[in-house]
Amino acid sequence: MTDFDAIIIGGGHNGLVCAGYLAKAGKKVLVLEARSVPGGCAATNEFVPGFKVSNCAQWLYQLSPAIIKDFKLKSHGLSFAAENLATIALDASENHLRISGDSLEGAGISSEDHENFRVFRRKMRKYAKLMQSAYEARPPKLVEHDWRDKFTMAKLGLGMKGLGKDDMSDLMRLILINIFDVMNETFASEQLRAALALDAVIGTPMGPRSPNTVFTYLHRFFGETQGFTGVSQVAGGLGALGDALSQSVTALGVEVRCNQSVTSINKTHDKATGVTLASGENLSASMIVSSADPVTTFRTLLGYSNVETGFARRIEHIRTKSGTAKIHLALTALPNFKGLDEAALKQRLIIAPTMNDIERAFNALKYDECSDHPALDISIPTLNDPSLAPPGQHVLSAIVQYAPHSPKAGWDSLRETFLDRVIGEIERYAPGISDLVCGKELLTPSDLEADFGMTGGNWHHGELTMDQVLMTRPAHGATQYRTPINGLYLCGAGSHPGGGLMGLAGKNAAQEIIRLGDAA
Amino acid sequence: MNTANRATMMLETPFHSRVKELCQINDWGNWMGFTTPNAFFDVELEYFAVRSTTGVFDLSPMNKYRITGPDAEAYLNKMVTRNVSKIGLNRVGYTVWCNDAGQVMDDGTIFRLGPNDFRLCSYQRATDWLLWCAMGFDVSISDETDHLAALAVQGPTSCTTLTQMGLHDLNTLKPFGMREYDFEGEKLMISRTGFTGDLGYEVWVSPERAEPLWDQLFEAGRDYLIKPFGSYALDIARIETGFIQAGVDFVPAEEMVRPGRTRSPFELGLDWLVDLEKPLFNGRKSLIAEKEKGSRYRFAILNIDGNKPADHSFILKGDQQIGTVTSAAWCPTAKSNIAFAQLEMPEGGVGQEYVAEIYYQRELHWTRVLAPCRVLDGPIFNPKRRRQTPAIPH
Ligand SMILES: Cc1cc2nc3c(=O)[nH]c(=O)nc-3n(C[C@H](O)[C@H](O)[C@H](O)COP(=O)(O)OP(=O)(O)OC[C@H]3O[C@@H](n4cnc5c(N)ncnc54)[C@H](O)[C@@H]3O)c2cc1C
Repeated sequence: MTDFDAIIIGGGHNGLVCAGYLAKAGKKVLVLEARSVPGGCAATNEFVPGFKVSNCAQWLYQLSPAIIKDFKLKSHGLSFAAENLATIALDASENHLRISGDSLEGAGISSEDHENFRVFRRKMRKYAKLMQSAYEARPPKLVEHDWRDKFTMAKLGLGMKGLGKDDMSDLMRLILINIFDVMNETFASEQLRAALALDAVIGTPMGPRSPNTVFTYLHRFFGETQGFTGVSQVAGGLGALGDALSQSVTALGVEVRCNQSVTSINKTHDKATGVTLASGENLSASMIVSSADPVTTFRTLLGYSNVETGFARRIEHIRTKSGTAKIHLALTALPNFKGLDEAALKQRLIIAPTMNDIERAFNALKYDECSDHPALDISIPTLNDPSLAPPGQHVLSAIVQYAPHSPKAGWDSLRETFLDRVIGEIERYAPGISDLVCGKELLTPSDLEADFGMTGGNWHHGELTMDQVLMTRPAHGATQYRTPINGLYLCGAGSHPGGGLMGLAGKNAAQEIIRLGDAA
Repeated sequence: MNTANRATMMLETPFHSRVKELCQINDWGNWMGFTTPNAFFDVELEYFAVRSTTGVFDLSPMNKYRITGPDAEAYLNKMVTRNVSKIGLNRVGYTVWCNDAGQVMDDGTIFRLGPNDFRLCSYQRATDWLLWCAMGFDVSISDETDHLAALAVQGPTSCTTLTQMGLHDLNTLKPFGMREYDFEGEKLMISRTGFTGDLGYEVWVSPERAEPLWDQLFEAGRDYLIKPFGSYALDIARIETGFIQAGVDFVPAEEMVRPGRTRSPFELGLDWLVDLEKPLFNGRKSLIAEKEKGSRYRFAILNIDGNKPADHSFILKGDQQIGTVTSAAWCPTAKSNIAFAQLEMPEGGVGQEYVAEIYYQRELHWTRVLAPCRVLDGPIFNPKRRRQTPAIPH
């Protein structure tokens, strides 16, 4: 007899979602989370006494509403401090551009671009809908043709047909080029181009001219099929999402244990049997579901010696580079951004003046260096949620593109310089902000890797590139949430459909496991 | 180090100075970048040296890898299809290894030099794959190809010749056994192995001792009619005794370009090398599935009427083509016309009769022969002396 029906490694949102659906299907489930709190990258941390911040992910823009509903997350404490915020692309001469749903404001956008934008978004919505049919199911397999896969393929195919010939051939063309070219051929405004291009590269180690960036743009845009027209802010920081999920699945009978780091996945022959914890404790289960990234799962937890070499080689080849860092500032007062009122500061602010600026920022990453002028995705969460800081004081949080995982000089010698560089970048739009800083924190890709346990610090647990998505995510032999080891499954962002707080990997995995039933 | 010859851009083996001298007809081939003789003076006579007296073959180009470290045995057990734990100390085992799809990448021999000290000889350059296989294991792998010179000394008088050279009591060495002797102030390693199916040995020394080894061996073997032989004679001998060759009888799996062209060990008649009881080895899952589903092809040794070697022939059943020949030779000792064929399942059962469609040319005139053939139950040449211990003296 085993201790549990299923042990889930990692209590990130995908692990918890998977656990919850398995519990709903009557399984006895244990979630083992290495960190002290559940939620994984959906986390809140007091980085300076009295100042709290979402210390990894900061926005919600693609979480599946089905998951919010299925787990009654609202009644378990999830609430939004702000929903569907506008994006404001900052301009040094205060000619800011405000993007909200289909509408554009400011920055002298031409009427042609207004129309172009509507047309562009209409087209993207069609493509995102097409993705939806693939994202909300297990990915089809490349070779074997199961009817379920055929169904997904058919939906994709029908969807493609539904697109019409022009849209379809355009999609085939776009998906292979890059966001830089697409923006150039679509819009006249450089400010608009850059703002949208930033969405394509955030969380990736790619620049606007890199191939794959139309796919990553669509991956983010997919959020529109989940009811988002902009980013939303969770009250209490994203840790509240982790807490709500954890509470909800606990109510469903799942046991969630934190501070429990799994050191190995145990197996007999070719069946997973349990896990060993850092404490030395052994736990057994009839299935092990890992939400740790695939490289961690197979290289570290299972060990390459326990899988066939071709498979191990594919896992080892998974690209897990990151160029994304986080910066958190504790501020004694609300900073003054030139040309923005308080209502505007509640929105999502981005600094990416031109696509070439992003591309130049990206150049540094190619050589494992820090950008001179990084592109930034900024939130001042305390405006929508004063509970995060002492009264009258504020927090600024920013996603920073690009910082390498392992700069040649080492982070020790670069940390302060880079922090100041990022603050200096903000200072150009918010003069005097550096004087308000009473605490600061930089989380580099290697810090994020160490804290959240994801290889390379990669946002998606493995880059989201054409060779690592859909039926080849994370790699042949581990698609459809199954692995070469019987009873071992994947359910994290490293599997289809990838990262971002979405919950679909966890949900699809649970469905697949339940479907396989005792056949597994 | 092996040196490259500037004129030919080919590598030369440590025996090259001696081989060159004896290669009377100057018929050279390319073995993995090494210049090696196809024939020295006459293919048939070279072949008969192997079967009647002693033949010497320079196998220095063979890729040799040393695998050591606490996980060496476990590592090899994962890499190859057979159970390496069953290869005793100072013993040698023939094996194949597969990719995950259960398709044969290469074949070779494993020499167990210590509990966790092995030498692997392979046809293919294998460093890349060996290193990939090493992920997760505490092993170290080094390429010894350039650090070991080797001669195959094969034939009925080989034991006597080598004993004459000073390898005392060699006759007590069992097939697939190995042993060390002092030689010129160094160790010489000898194994009772070979690719001819005859009584025979392989002798391993440092490149510095290669020339003295050759000289002393030919001196000791003079009265026993020792002769060098090239790869053409070897080919006849190995076909006669049923040994397949990588790159000829199967496409090394990771070199395959066209899907479906590779073969599993089962399809090469090597079931006996596959230990499905081992919990994990590369290709296991696929091979289990193949066992359940059935193989696509069967390896068959065919005895063909007439004396026209059936190179590249189609094998016909009625007017239906059911397979192709991968290796063929007229085998002088067995006095048989032998071919290895890949036949589509379920064809190829022992005793089945087919027709080989043979084409041959005489003075620009092509002739087609439809030669009846029959599936043999095993290699046609398999003499007692190959296995007898003590080896028979001469
Ligand atoms: C800097 C950064 C900013 C981001 N910003 C956003 C954003 O604004 N919006 C958005 O939607 N997405 C964002 N993302 C992406 C998003 O956070 C991730 O894609 C998502 O959290 C993945 O969820 P998951 O549940 O699959 O994995 P994770 O959230 O990574 O959870 C995996 C969990 O497994 C645990 N774990 C790993 N190994 C072990 C082990 N051996 N034993 C026990 N536990 C283990 C980890 O501690 C972790 O809690 C961001 C990512 C990064 C890196």
